[in-house]
Amino acid sequence: MSIEISHVGKRFADFVALDDVSLSIKAGRLTALLGPSGGGKSTLLRIIAGLERADTGRVEIDGVDATRLPPQQRNVGFVFQHYAAFKHLSVRRNVAFGLEIRKRSKEEIRRRVDELLALVHLGQFGDRLPTQLSGGQRQRMALARALAVEPTVLLLDEPFGALDAKVRKELRDWLRRLHDEVHVTTVFVTHDQEEALEVADEIVVINDGRVEQVGAPDDLYDRPANEFVMRFLGPVTQLGDQLVRPHDLQLTTDGGDGVPGRITRVTRIGFEIRVEVTTADGQPVTVTLTRNELLALGIGIGTDVRLRIAPNTPTPTLPPTPTLAPAH
Amino acid sequence: MADSSIAARTPVGRRPARHVLRAVVVAYLFFLVAWPLYLVGRNAFADGLASFRAILTDPDVTHALQLTVVIAVVAVVINTVFGVGISMLLVRYDFPGKRALNALLDMPLSVSPIVVGLALILVYGGRDGWFGPTLEAAGFQIIFAVPGMVMATVFVALPLVIREVVPVLQEVGDEQEQAARSLGANAWQTFRRITLPSIKWGVIYGVVLSLARSLGEFGAVKVVSGNVLGDTRTATLVVEEKYLNFDKGGAYATAFLLALVAVACIIVVSVLRPKEER
Repeated sequence: MSIEISHVGKRFADFVALDDVSLSIKAGRLTALLGPSGGGKSTLLRIIAGLERADTGRVEIDGVDATRLPPQQRNVGFVFQHYAAFKHLSVRRNVAFGLEIRKRSKEEIRRRVDELLALVHLGQFGDRLPTQLSGGQRQRMALARALAVEPTVLLLDEPFGALDAKVRKELRDWLRRLHDEVHVTTVFVTHDQEEALEVADEIVVINDGRVEQVGAPDDLYDRPANEFVMRFLGPVTQLGDQLVRPHDLQLTTDGGDGVPGRITRVTRIGFEIRVEVTTADGQPVTVTLTRNELLALGIGIGTDVRLRIAPNTPTPTLPPTPTLAPAH
Repeated sequence: MADSSIAARTPVGRRPARHVLRAVVVAYLFFLVAWPLYLVGRNAFADGLASFRAILTDPDVTHALQLTVVIAVVAVVINTVFGVGISMLLVRYDFPGKRALNALLDMPLSVSPIVVGLALILVYGGRDGWFGPTLEAAGFQIIFAVPGMVMATVFVALPLVIREVVPVLQEVGDEQEQAARSLGANAWQTFRRITLPSIKWGVIYGVVLSLARSLGEFGAVKVVSGNVLGDTRTATLVVEEKYLNFDKGGAYATAFLLALVAVACIIVVSVLRPKEER
């Protein structure tokens, strides 16, 4: 059930969507393709599904060369951002579609659809039309429909992108739990780093048609391969010529070593306090603290502080590159 | 729906303007469409049912009515199959010359039917047509026979299905089709189970419009049919012939039947349609 992608390239007219991408996706895992829009991640997913054809390279699904196979022969489940619900069919018939195409017996279809509807918590909605469901319910129906054919891989293209923040978070947890239950090799595309970090076993960062880094969420967060990955996976700030996560910076008021600076701004966002410190060199540095930390330090706008990178934290220090020249 | 949205957007102060506008539209439709059509009906029933009895017992007229129905049905079937096919081609595929094809498809609406008839004779005419003598030698008579009349009718009604189906196909998009493919459906299963049901109302509308247009076609059919009594004379040609021969009762009765079928088609569709939520 693994997916092997070797040297895949794809261009649309002058635009290079994928540039010689090689990647191997492990069986039974939940893998996220993460990157900014237009970076090629959806194109890669669609090439795996057969909805798009690669110009060059090879795609192997479960050891079978699928490069030239039409989508209906690949046995993949595909979930679209905008659900792609069959509007004229009831929820049951939507879920049953793949099984009806495979000419399974009526009895088997009924049993399997019941199972799947229970799995996605839509047991009572079987006879409704998709237009009578909410966005989150529609997407769960689409998932059940994709799972019905027992696909070798499940592919999800920005599955929660069209949903509002709260439903998105619920479905995210739910997808994680579903995967722990069903264990089908799953690849999902997202541009939301939080979604990827929270849900995925493995993250593939894709930008400008190339793979920037592949790894477990912790690896990527703590040991980013380059500046792009570091910036894309979470907030960053710059101290001198080092790129640092704002929560890995410490503030002290009792002198000692560290870079001297003065607090110029304090912004509170829920539980998090964002403190902007301007160093003696005039460089603005962002530090995030919790409310309690701020109170304990007893600091506010105008306080002189010293900044240092927290010890014993896996703070990545990037190798100097031309784009990383000091800002001052 | 359009009505309520306009009302919602119209400020209270503009009410009189809306009434005037409505009156103008109603008067316009009344004098142009409703009143003349009503008069056709009234003239048809001027002698009670006598005119109808006369035309329905005239074997030449009943033959003409049958011929009209046969030609219209065949033309509609052809136009529906090709119309849906061409619509899929136009919406789902990109190919060189697509814009030219699109423009060409509107031709039948802009060219006068009588020109269509003459053009068909030039190509398929039995004596000195471009292709006709060859066909005639092989035993196929096109002009002055039913095949030519069907071709003329197909030509004039060609764009009607396409113009109804294309916007619906565009609106539906191809994601559902892709989903069906990924679930294992082949091209035909996808079309049958997903595409066709979602464009159903566009197709039905196109069929009804084509049927109404085909039943009423006059100019093109007149040129290619030869207008042979009891053989290639259609209902519209009967109306003309009766009218010119001062058989006004027969002319109006036949005209009334033609109008009745067209109106019935449109009523049936508009009664059916609201039940289906689009």
